[in-house]
Amino acid sequence: MATGIRDKVVILGMGCSRFGERWDMEPADLMVEAFTECLADAGIEKKQVQAAWLATAIDSVNVGPSGVPLSVSLRLPFIPVTRVENYCASGTEAFRGAVYAVASGACDIALAVGCEKLKDTGYGGLPQRGRGVTNSMYWPNLSAPGAFAQLAAGYRGRHGVDKQDLKRAMAHVSVKSHRNGAKNPKAHLRSEVSMEKVLAAPMIAEPIGLFDCCGVSDGAAAAIVATPDVAAGLGKIDPVKVKALQLAVSNGSEAAHNSWDGAHLKTTRIAAGRAYEEAGIKDPRHDVSLTEVHDCFSITELITMEDLGLATEGRAVTDVLDGAFDATGRVPCQIDGGLKCFGHPIGASGLRMIYEVYLQLLGRAAERQLPKAHIGLTHNLGGFPHQNVSSVAILGRA
Amino acid sequence: MEVGITGCGAHIPRLRLERRRIVEANAWMSSGLKGYAQGARSMCNWDEDALTMAVEAGRRCLDATDRHAIRAVHVASTTLPFSDRQNATVIAEALNLPGSIATLDFGGSQRAATSALANALSVAAGGDSAILLIATEQRRTRTGTPEELLYGDGAAALTLGTKKVLARMLTAHSVSVDFVDHYRGQRDEFEYGWEERWVRDEGYLKIAPPAIRQALDKAGLEADGIRRFIFPSAARGVAEAVARKAGIVAEAVGDPLQADCGMTGVAHPLLLLAHAIETAAPGDRILVVGFGQGCDVLVFEATEAVRDTLRATTVNETLARRRAETNYDKFLTFKGLVEKDFGKRAEGDKQTALSAFYRNRNMLTGFVGGKCRSCGTVQFPRAHYCVNPECDALDSQDPQPMADTPGRVKTWTADSLTFTPDPPAYYGMIEFEGGGRLMLDFTDVEAESLDIGVPVRMQFRLREVDRERGFRKYFWKAVPGDGGV
Repeated sequence: MATGIRDKVVILGMGCSRFGERWDMEPADLMVEAFTECLADAGIEKKQVQAAWLATAIDSVNVGPSGVPLSVSLRLPFIPVTRVENYCASGTEAFRGAVYAVASGACDIALAVGCEKLKDTGYGGLPQRGRGVTNSMYWPNLSAPGAFAQLAAGYRGRHGVDKQDLKRAMAHVSVKSHRNGAKNPKAHLRSEVSMEKVLAAPMIAEPIGLFDCCGVSDGAAAAIVATPDVAAGLGKIDPVKVKALQLAVSNGSEAAHNSWDGAHLKTTRIAAGRAYEEAGIKDPRHDVSLTEVHDCFSITELITMEDLGLATEGRAVTDVLDGAFDATGRVPCQIDGGLKCFGHPIGASGLRMIYEVYLQLLGRAAERQLPKAHIGLTHNLGGFPHQNVSSVAILGRA
Repeated sequence: MEVGITGCGAHIPRLRLERRRIVEANAWMSSGLKGYAQGARSMCNWDEDALTMAVEAGRRCLDATDRHAIRAVHVASTTLPFSDRQNATVIAEALNLPGSIATLDFGGSQRAATSALANALSVAAGGDSAILLIATEQRRTRTGTPEELLYGDGAAALTLGTKKVLARMLTAHSVSVDFVDHYRGQRDEFEYGWEERWVRDEGYLKIAPPAIRQALDKAGLEADGIRRFIFPSAARGVAEAVARKAGIVAEAVGDPLQADCGMTGVAHPLLLLAHAIETAAPGDRILVVGFGQGCDVLVFEATEAVRDTLRATTVNETLARRRAETNYDKFLTFKGLVEKDFGKRAEGDKQTALSAFYRNRNMLTGFVGGKCRSCGTVQFPRAHYCVNPECDALDSQDPQPMADTPGRVKTWTADSLTFTPDPPAYYGMIEFEGGGRLMLDFTDVEAESLDIGVPVRMQFRLREVDRERGFRKYFWKAVPGDGGV
């Protein structure tokens, strides 16, 4: 009988590059920046790393499609390095690979690095990507904001929410994240924005305006994971433990079967349900101290609050506007500024989220430190609302 | 055996460019254009061309016809997108007609459609098989010319056969004369023409009237018995002058649809013929002329079957489905006459893997999904495993054509970030009546009325143009607000 991942693996150390338009940086520079911090934090030597995973999603733009770029950048000692990609959940997938390797006993120290260099395309927004030979013959040229804008229409249709009320709640999501991100020296966007400014911003994909979109940045993040024994041997008292790692991948039913209402992420609900079970969490609203969720767009974060069970279905608009997910709210969300302020270097994002939860759980989040941080949840969502991958990770101490 | 026209269909693009916009922009260099400022001309949306218009006209025509009786698809045009890839075959596949039919492209002259009509009628007369004939045209004109103002884009379709004839053929007659009123060479973008007065006096008025008389004599018909006279010409007063010279009463000269459409080239004789039949009374004799390097003359007589008031009047309907376009620059851009910078997102490679296209062409051209034999779930695309989570049957799906299935908007957006030749890009999820859903591009969108729940009709449109390689990709798009018709 499978016993899951809970408490089998701990985080020895983490690192995160500054995110932003790093015009002067190669992917290798970003990876080294994150890894150097991570290695120092872990308190080990590079040669002690026995296996590594690299996450990068848009290899055509920069990093490259195999394990080689990581091994070369860090001059790893010919250890196994695997490159993974699973849309926007890629970073969490690298982490999952490293954690599973340690949990399996195949090795006792493993590295996960996520890196994406987006700002070499010459235009704003995510790089234009092909959908493959056949899909590109009939899929709309849907951009990321256009894909997620569908959620707003679906949500209005399902819950009868007024267009303006939804737009205001979406704006609140972004105002909140900007307020948090302004305090974070590693964030890309570090200024607060007003509700009025968000609401008056140019429309990108109806009803998603400019400030409903996360930034587009370069960045890298890294984690070194190990067995609890290794951590103890290094003198790490009460390290951050992996409580759950779950992934759910669409099988096409949302896209092609009328049973899906277009107002929620089926994958997120399934992954969250499994993760809560794996972590032994009965009441997420009470047990989860903070979340870092996939706020690629404000509407995504709003709906994710329902999918994670942190807001009642159909009630997220009210909860958001009431401040339930603000820094001082019931379950703070994106205390580091989120994708909204960090931008979304795709391969790095999952690990960047884990990095913030890790800091918060260890009480090392400086100005952003939350008073209560026992259990943290990270969430990624990649693809399109109607066809996607969703990952949920839960971390905690004790 | 009686042979004739058994069905009609038409498609005129929804966009109608106000002529005064063209005149305003060009009068500085050609003040003579001011006399053409009345009304509007039809113009293709960026995703329409002669091929897509043909499909839509064909669908409207087949709405009232037994598709299984169609044995051939003939397409007449001088502006079909492919010179060496049979356009009629693409159109037949988009119409989901069976593979065991004959297909043929006609071109080369402005009378291609009437020549094809005479030809198809003689073939149809010999058996019990029906022929679908579609004429379609999207001519490119130089900016600031009378042609730009007088021409329009459009398509018309007829079914021809011996059963349930709406208008029986009484006679057909052709003459060939190498009269070069205009021409367009193989490598030319635009036509080049000669003086209008010479064309009228030496061409129309000397070639057409004798041909008409010969046609009538051949069938023993009197000129004054013609109730509808169709003589498409962009030049004013020509139809009236030809009628007078041929002894046809002035009242027989019908509306040339110049006010809100314009002269649709090869398609125009068929468009006007369809219009005449759809509004004819039993016994009305209709004479249609196609002119170009000679002329074709065909005479029809409306039968009792035109009394069927349930029949669609597809020409009037497509004329009424209109939206005023006031932006001449947009017209020029869609026609490729000005080059806009659409940004780096427009730069992506648009190559088509022809092997993948071929194996998926039922889905892409025919809009054929699947229907599960086990649970009845309709789905798109057709897949090995049934998408119904309660079913999950393997290899259980029969092909399910969905182009004519009405749908509704489930979700949508107006995307200003992604590349489209007509921003913003509208797309969203469509749910089909009886099951099935799909994320699709929308087109001909009326932004004010678009929202969740709006009915849609599917239309065959251009999805992308690979200008580097001269290929055109087609797929089906949802037209919101067009669900009921």
